[in-house]
Amino acid sequence: MDLKELYQDIILEHGKSPRNFGKCEKHNHEAKGYNPLCGDQVKIYLRLNKKKTVEKLTFEGSGCAISIASTSIMTELVKGKSFIVAKSIIDEFLNMIKNGTKIKTRDLTEDQKTKIMSLSGVKQYPMRVKCATLSWHTLISALDGKKMDVNTEKLD
Amino acid sequence: MNIENIKSQFPIFSKKINGKTLVYLDSSNSSQKPMSVINRLDNFYKNEFSNIGRSIHSLSVNATNKFENTRTSVKNFINANSIDEIIFTKNATESINLVASTFGQQNIKKGDEILITELEHHSNYVPWHYLRESKGAIIKFAPINDDGDIIISEFEKLITKRTKIIAVTHLSNVTGTIVPVKEIIDIAHKKNIPVLVDGCQSAPHISIDVKELDCDFYAISCHKVYGPTGVGILYAKKKWLEQLPPYIGGGGMISEVTKDKISYNKLPEKYEAGTMPTAEVVAFDESIKFMESIGIKNLVDHEKKLTNYALDKLRGINSVEIVGNPKNKAGVISFTIKGVHPHDIATILDEDGVAIRAGHHCCQILHKRLNLSATARASFGVYNTKEDVDILCKSIDNCRKIFNLK
Repeated sequence: MDLKELYQDIILEHGKSPRNFGKCEKHNHEAKGYNPLCGDQVKIYLRLNKKKTVEKLTFEGSGCAISIASTSIMTELVKGKSFIVAKSIIDEFLNMIKNGTKIKTRDLTEDQKTKIMSLSGVKQYPMRVKCATLSWHTLISALDGKKMDVNTEKLD
Repeated sequence: MNIENIKSQFPIFSKKINGKTLVYLDSSNSSQKPMSVINRLDNFYKNEFSNIGRSIHSLSVNATNKFENTRTSVKNFINANSIDEIIFTKNATESINLVASTFGQQNIKKGDEILITELEHHSNYVPWHYLRESKGAIIKFAPINDDGDIIISEFEKLITKRTKIIAVTHLSNVTGTIVPVKEIIDIAHKKNIPVLVDGCQSAPHISIDVKELDCDFYAISCHKVYGPTGVGILYAKKKWLEQLPPYIGGGGMISEVTKDKISYNKLPEKYEAGTMPTAEVVAFDESIKFMESIGIKNLVDHEKKLTNYALDKLRGINSVEIVGNPKNKAGVISFTIKGVHPHDIATILDEDGVAIRAGHHCCQILHKRLNLSATARASFGVYNTKEDVDILCKSIDNCRKIFNLK
């Protein structure tokens, strides 16, 4: 596989200038994720309003280009979505990375689908899958209000 | 010394990785194996296999002799006094655990201190941490400076009347620092404190003389020394092995067993319970022969030259920073590229057939001390050449191109 497929411009750009970076004010959910193999850490902050919509979604952390870009894109796409839609986007993303399935949801625009699919090349690099999925697993944890930190080595 | 001839003894280098010639720069992690070692394993299993020390039949006698031959070779290789001082373990991690557990059981009480350094691999910290948990011991970390050298004056200040043991690496697997262990051992012995040296990285890269060092314990990892996996070595002064309790209990390590009493075997069997990695120990003899055929001095010189060549070239690349600048450095070079995470570096290099390691290299304390979350690491073995370094540098240029670095 060509490295250009893994390191697409959009990934490099998000990796360099991540969106929604930092702690957001008035968040009412947060979760921590950790990849002990490489030391990458991510913290997700989100505000779920009374209608169960993700009103705010930001992150802090350090990691490789894949991990930062994946998190940055995730915050862009999930912000403003309802709890249920957020969960289904996460599902589709994890399925795409693990099984190579296409993104079918109608809750994302074509542009947004292109964005999320820019990460599909990661599937070809098994050692890098956790870089791309750590923050998504951490987002599930934040949405569900779980107290335990996410640890990539303890996921199925 | 003919490197091409040496390289040709390693079958893995005839394989292609991602369609490219393999440039293996991960020997600190584990070394590749020469044909002689692979053949010995193969031949032993095909024609000579038996368990050792337990049966009267000819195969067992031969296997036992071959197994013990390796012990003698190891004794000579590190210049120990006696074969009784050479214990085979599963790996160097087990060697250190053996010492921490048995020494701790006998000599560590609540509030006693164990002195290690900020350079240590997790395997020379976690076993001591167990004593912190089980016995209430205190672990102190001798600091390093920004170059990656242990500050000896600070080290000395951390020794107190409660310091029961000192454990220190011989060679850092991150900065390549060659630690002045002789100096540390002299300081410790003046205060009657025993010293364990973690020799995981040093064994194939600098010459080892346990008699000259006068260390109490020395741990070696055979798979890093051109040998098979599954074998480690613990060198320990005989007085310690006689005095300390046994570690793993089972067959082979006992002398007499009754319903109410058990007595233990003589050395070194006291510490070798159960079936040992017989074929692997036998084959490790070939690893020692391989290194002796080159000559340790030649091997050290070659890696020294290669390290200096690589440092010069890497320092000339924009945005590459070398981690640490120790006074004495062996063939381990950790580096970062400003703007490219080490994991991305490793993926891009791998595409060019260049195998390096990225991450914290089991040294989270050291990375925190250096304010780094991860680094990329190139480490050398006897088979590496200047061309390997050139390909590494070209591949780093490729990283810079992909990430649009100036």
